[in-house]
Formats: sequence, structure tokens, C-alpha cells
Amino acid sequence: MSIVSDAKQAIQGAVQGAMAKAVALAPDNWIPGGEPDPLIRERYGHVGKPLSRIDGPLKVSGQARFAAEFPMDGMVYAALVFSTIAKGRIATIDTALAEASPGVVAVMDHRNAPRLAPPPVFMSAPKAAGGDNLPIMQGNDVRWNGEPVAVVLGETQEQANHAASLIRVIYEEAPALTSFAEARGQGTRPAVFMGQSLHDERGDAEAALAKAEVQVDATYLTPRHNHNAIELHGVTAAWQGDVLRIHDASQLVAHTAWSIGQMFGMAEDKVVVTSPFVGGGFGGKCLWQHQVLAAMAAKVTDRPVRLVLSREGVYRVVGGRSPTEQRVALGADREGRLKALIHTGVTIKTATNAMPEPFILPTRSAYASDTLKLDVQVVELDMLANTFMRAPGESVGTFALESAIDELAEALDIDPIELRIRNEPEKDPSTGLPFSSRHIVEAWRDGAQRFGWARRDPRPGLRREGEWLIGMGCATGTYPYYRMPGGAARITLTRDGRAIVDIAAHEMGMGTATAQTQVTAERLGLPLDKVSFNYGDSTLPGVVLAGGSQQTASIGAAVGAAHRDLVKALLKLAGNESPVAGLGPGDVVSREEGLCKADEPSRHETYTSILARAGRETISVEAEGPPPLETMHWSMHSHAAMFCEVRVNAVTGEPRVSRFLGSFDCGRILNPKTAMSQFRGGIIMGLGLALMEETQFDERKGRVMNPSLAEYHVPVHMDVPEIDAIWTDIPDPHAPMGARGIGEIGITGTAAAVANAIYNATCKRVRDLPITLDKLL
Amino acid sequence: MTMIVNGEAAEIPRDPRVSLLDFLRDDLNLSGTKKGCDQGACGACTVLVDGERVLSCLSLAVQMEGRSVTTIEGLGTPGHLHPLQQAFIEHDGFQCGYCTPGQICSAIGMAAEIARGVPSHVTTNLGDDAIRLSHDELRERMSGNLCRCGAYNGIVAAIAETFAEAPLAEAAE
Repeated sequence: MSIVSDAKQAIQGAVQGAMAKAVALAPDNWIPGGEPDPLIRERYGHVGKPLSRIDGPLKVSGQARFAAEFPMDGMVYAALVFSTIAKGRIATIDTALAEASPGVVAVMDHRNAPRLAPPPVFMSAPKAAGGDNLPIMQGNDVRWNGEPVAVVLGETQEQANHAASLIRVIYEEAPALTSFAEARGQGTRPAVFMGQSLHDERGDAEAALAKAEVQVDATYLTPRHNHNAIELHGVTAAWQGDVLRIHDASQLVAHTAWSIGQMFGMAEDKVVVTSPFVGGGFGGKCLWQHQVLAAMAAKVTDRPVRLVLSREGVYRVVGGRSPTEQRVALGADREGRLKALIHTGVTIKTATNAMPEPFILPTRSAYASDTLKLDVQVVELDMLANTFMRAPGESVGTFALESAIDELAEALDIDPIELRIRNEPEKDPSTGLPFSSRHIVEAWRDGAQRFGWARRDPRPGLRREGEWLIGMGCATGTYPYYRMPGGAARITLTRDGRAIVDIAAHEMGMGTATAQTQVTAERLGLPLDKVSFNYGDSTLPGVVLAGGSQQTASIGAAVGAAHRDLVKALLKLAGNESPVAGLGPGDVVSREEGLCKADEPSRHETYTSILARAGRETISVEAEGPPPLETMHWSMHSHAAMFCEVRVNAVTGEPRVSRFLGSFDCGRILNPKTAMSQFRGGIIMGLGLALMEETQFDERKGRVMNPSLAEYHVPVHMDVPEIDAIWTDIPDPHAPMGARGIGEIGITGTAAAVANAIYNATCKRVRDLPITLDKLL
Repeated sequence: MTMIVNGEAAEIPRDPRVSLLDFLRDDLNLSGTKKGCDQGACGACTVLVDGERVLSCLSLAVQMEGRSVTTIEGLGTPGHLHPLQQAFIEHDGFQCGYCTPGQICSAIGMAAEIARGVPSHVTTNLGDDAIRLSHDELRERMSGNLCRCGAYNGIVAAIAETFAEAPLAEAAE
């Protein structure tokens, strides 16, 4: 972003900072979550049961429809042409052959594309969704290597693809900045993230480090990553009268509708974005050029357009995680008490997005240390904008921090778990806020016992079976509790005793509808089969990002608020003849398909009976969750104790993970079956982060050179052992349902646990991810 | 020219460039077969052709004349699931569900390969008459089917429950 927008963000941040101080000092009961969610008390209902996914039968039978699977009459297929230079302009673009090719309906490039405003970049407004703020196909300038320069629309995909290969573009190249080292030579700038500076300092950490009895000080490198959801980014777009209808694969339908509305100069309710099933997101299924190009092309052709990015196209059009270079320096006394904690470094972004990879986030609340220095600097390159990828900040930040803790443990000859426990803070070390619920020590103890940590030999390189060196390592994972503003939901009760929840939320594998059906059924006192959960449609209430592991909390708070309003409305409707007549909302609870007096359950009337007496077919209420002030009043974080056993081949250097356990403290677990899958999935992506994943970026040309699943390696069946996971299941008294999000924490700490195990096995400390076999020879 | 898809005859498209995958998805509206890479690297498009698992993105529709193609829709429906489909639900062998049809078709083809005695990279004794579906055999043979959500443990459990005659033997490294 520009200096001006950085300044704006900083001012916004200062206002937030002042407000945060006021909220921190407010009495607990003024704050959402100050009164624990009543659902936390219910221990024997639907919540906490291992319910199988309610959309499972659709998914296993191929009946769940994804974005590119909605047929439309007269639909045309799109194929894209990508730029081959990083910066410059299109001198000529010859589309004549393509236009004459059989089946081609139109070719769109900057000359005939509809005029529209640039995308509002994510975090610049509450519903802004853009990955960057670059105008889309509005001029002949080229801003990154791989930027779409033309769209071919054909009657079939084959015709469009072939015609796209016939387009000839001649570029005038301009000097581009595509080298990290070169950019650093020109100077770095302090990073700003979500309106806050990524810089914290308490005391003189460098001086404390210099004086400390024991020190470790090292640099850790993490590469670029891509999300690589198996579903390609696909979209089906059609103009129906003055309404633009988009079947998208989206983690943010409401944001997308508003943002596309802004670009086309339309009211957001004229843009309908639906996304009932998303084939994996991980931060990558937001608003990028392809949705907008499809909508533009549908205008140009006056026909519905299906645009599915090729796998290469995903790498060209959808940003990934940026590389980081991190320094972690720890100073401690002989007993292992931290005197200095320094975590600083540099990452890469573009001038057109607002997303510096915030790798210091996990360090802010991690350890008690006399002094602290955290800092993220950025450089800006001419490349596709980077973006959020699963646990942005924490995933790569914990690799550096938790590797360093392991190095310190060895230098001190203290068990690494014991070292961590000795540095447990009593309150948040950065903000001074009390913890809402922090049971990391319990997670460590439970995990160590289950994993057999006591059998580990702390001396590295000693355990060997044949060709295989064996080692064990551990690390802390952590991810904050977030709840973003704007969550709202509608509950409708029908005369036949059913409840329908409507909310613009998302399902990309988390089991949203399943867990929320359980929660809603319990909240309303209904059996599961009387609850329907509608989501994935921008016309439904609420602005709910499926990101930051916050969707469950956002939905929970919104449905909770709607339930409170529903109870009020039902009491009004019930009238004087009802058994609950005269009671206030605080006196009653939802139970057995109706309302009853909390301390006198026999004073009960069913929803059906209330509606029938009032002569109503339905009752419907819509409410917004309270502003998420709880995150400014308590320090709210989840934690995980990660344990790894590796085998490294002494001849080939090949590292294999043979055992893994995650011991989690994430508040209450709503559905152990789907939660287990989320934990395992995060850990498995963490194994990829540790051992194989890397987006290779040619620094000469600014081009991604391995844009395929053949050359970007993700973990496959054979790479993954049985992953074990356990959890404390201690409800967070200040979070809706007592639950903190669980989608991202699994990837945190995992890479460090692997690296630490590899050190224990081989005596080789690898600080440069991924840990491929060449680094172990 | 026709092929059989899930027991019904289907006219093969005139354009010889059309992959079996695009033919299923776009022409027959059988979108249960998924496109994850269109270049044979992810396995999401796996279908059964005359009982053998095949990557439909690397197969041309015109190659299928007279052959019998079974897709996920031909294995079971939400009301009448194949035992493996049911096992995937029980063991939570998926999250987003996008790679799932390919995993299921691939596993059925794999089980047939084991039954026929087709060895894999991890088969230790090629002279054995029968190959046992061990944990390693299963994972090795399913490694062409990527799952980015990381549902591998559940997938393995579902396949083992459906096809293994005894509990899976652990890795023998």
C-alpha cells in the first residue's frame, strides 16, 4: 500500500488501540462472553457428539454441486492467456486467429473489456474482498508475470483452449523488481497488519540478550507456498436482467457480492453470490481476477460464462503465502528463564495489497520474558499479490520460534517441555490482559504421557535401527480466537415445529452445517432432524468470513443473539393463556421443542402450540452478534503441544514422519469426529510445510516455475502416518459455546516439531524449509 | 460410436480433443467426477473403465468406444450408498468432499488389483500368490489420489474396513 494508506491504517490502529484500552478496563459483564454462553452448561445434548457429516451422503455420491457444476442454458467456456513478463505494457495483441477459430464466441482483452472500478482490497473496508486493488483488464499495462491479458470465450472448453493458444502478444518490458535481495538492498519498511504495526518492544531486549548467561541467535527461512485446494477455482457467472448471478467457490460470499457491486457500480443486492460447497479453501478461495473476468465476459458475450482456472492458472491468478526470513534470539538464565525474546525479520508483499506475512503473531503471547522485541519489515516486489494461507503468521512464525526454543533447551540441557512450562506467562506478555482460558501445561502433560516422551534420548543422533536414524521432537502450536464484526443470522420457526437458520456462512470441509445443526438444535431444544441450516448465499443475513478460524464463533454469536430475540418474540406471542405467560426472557429456557421456566420445567409450551394459538404459520427473527469486544478484554488463544517421531535414512537422507500427536487446548470441541479431521488436516499441511512444500519463484523473471501438483509437492497417502490428536475439551468461558476455532491451529508448531525431531535423530539443525533430503546428507 | 456410462449408452462426442473427464462433466452432466489438475497429478478424476481405475483427464472420450465407464454416480446414490461410500462417512474420510469421488473409485480399482495379485512398489515378495492389503500397500497404492484437507487417515480406515480381510498390518520398515 502507499504511504498514505499505511498512515490511514496507522490512525485506524491508534483509534483501535485507544478503544482497546477502554475495553480492557471495562467490567467483565459489559463484554460479550462476560456471561458465559448458557450452552456451555449443557453437557449431555447434541454438542460434543461425534455426529457424521450431514452432507456426507451428497459428497460421497458425487451429488454435492461445486461452483463449476451449475449448468446454464447457452453457457460459454472461458480460457485465459497469461502475461509472460513481470512489468511493462502490451505493445500489440493479435487475436484475429483466435476469433476466427471454430466455436469462438468472443475474445476479450483490455481493448473491449467493460470499464469498471478497481477491486476494493481486503481490509480496506468491512466487506472488501480483493486480493489486491489493481484494475482488472482496464489498460495495456502488465503488473505481474502471469497476469491475465486475454479471455477467450468458446462454445466448448476445447475450442476456447485451442483459440487461446493462437493469441500472440508482444510486450514492451519495463524494469521489474523481482529479487528479494535487491529489494532489501533498497531498504525495508515497517509492516502494518489489520491496522496495527507489527512491532512490539518491552525493555531493551538486545542488551538483555548480550548479558544473558545462555544465548541462541539464528536465522530461519521459509519459502513461498500455495494453498493448492484440490478444487480448481471455478466460477459460473450470468447476468439475469439487472442481477449478476455468480456461482463461486468462496470463503466470503457477502464480501464478494459487495466488492463486485462496487466494481460494476451496482447495489450489493444486485450481485448474488452462492457457494454451497467449496472444494478446499485454506485462505485461497477469496476474490481474485477470475470471478470478475467471468462477469465481464458474460457482459461482453451476453451469455452465461463458466471460467475454471487451470492448475497453472491458479498459481498465476491466486496469491499464496510469502517467504520469510526470521531472526529469533533468546537469552536465558541457567534455569531457563527467558531474559530476552527477539523475533524479527523480513517478508515480501506487493504495493497493491495489505498483507505482510505476520510471523511474529505467535510470539506475542507465547512466553514470559523480561524483555521483548518483535518486528516485521517488508519489501515490495512486482509479483502477484500474496495472501492469507492457513494460519498466516503462526504457521511459519512458530517454525522459527519453536525451533529456537528447542535450540535453547539443548544449550541449557533442560527438557524442551520443561523449558516451555518454566516460561509460562501468568498474563498476556504483550497486552497485560488476563487469559480467557489457557491450559497449555495440561496439554503438554497429557501429550507427553500419551506419546511416550519419557522414552526420548535427549542426546541427538544416537537412536538407530538399520539404515534409519530415529528421533523425537516437540513444539508449541498456537492460534488466536477471533470473531469479526458483522455476523448476523435469521431463525425461522415453523408451525410444524421446525427451525431454519439462515446465514451467509461457508462450508469448505470444516463441517459447518453439521456442527451448527448440533449447536442450533441444542440451543433451541430441538431434535437434529428438525433443524435446517442454510448457508453459502450472499442474500442471507450476515457478513461471515470463513477465515481466521472465526466462522464458528461468528455464527455462534449471531445465532445466540437471534435465539435471545426469538425467545422475546415467542413470549410476546404466547399471550396470557400460555404456561409461560408472565415470564421474562431471563426466566425461560428452550427445552423439549418449546419454552419452559428455567427452574420449573413443567411450565412448558411447545413452539408449535405457541404458533398455533397465535394463528401463525411461522415466526422469524434476525439479529446481529454483539461487537467482538471480548478479544480486547481477554487474551484469547488456543494452544497445542505437538509431538513428532521421525525416521531419517542415513544413506539417502530421506526423512519420514513415523508418528505424530497433537494435544490441543482449543476450548470446547463441538463435534469430535469433524474436529479430529480438522486437527489432522492442519497437521498434515504442517508436514508438507516441514518437508516438501515450496513455490519456486524465478527471481530473474518474477515467474512461478512449478505451477502444478506434479512439481509442487503436497503430502500424499504414503507420507502420512496415523495422526493422533487429543484435546483438553475445557470450555472457554468467554467464547460462544465455549469453543475457540480449530481450523488453523493444526498447521502451527508442526514444522518445528518435525525439525526438532530431525535434529534429535540426526544431529542436523535445519533452519531452512522445506527439510528436503539434500539438507540431511 | 458409443460407450457405456453407468450402464447406459452414451454417444461419443465428435470433437476428438474432448477428454473423458470433460465429456462426463460437461456433456453428460455427471459432475461427480472432479477436475483437480487436468494433467494426471491429483487423481480427483479417477473413474473405473471396465473395472480398472483410470484418470479420466488423461483419457480421450473417443478411446472409450464399446467400453464400460463407471463413475461415482454409478456406484451409489445418497439413498443407496456403496459400502465404501458409507464407510467414508463413518470414518470421516473427507472434509471438503472434492477429492472423494476419485478416492472412492480409485480404492475400488485398487482392491481389484490386489485381488489380481498386481504388485506395487512396496510389495516385498513378488513370488507370493496373494498380496495382503497392509497399511503400507494401501497407502502406496492410493498415493496418486491427493487430499489437501488431509483426510488420509479416515480414507485409509474406510478402505481397510471395506476391503481388508484382517486388520491392517503396520509398516515394516
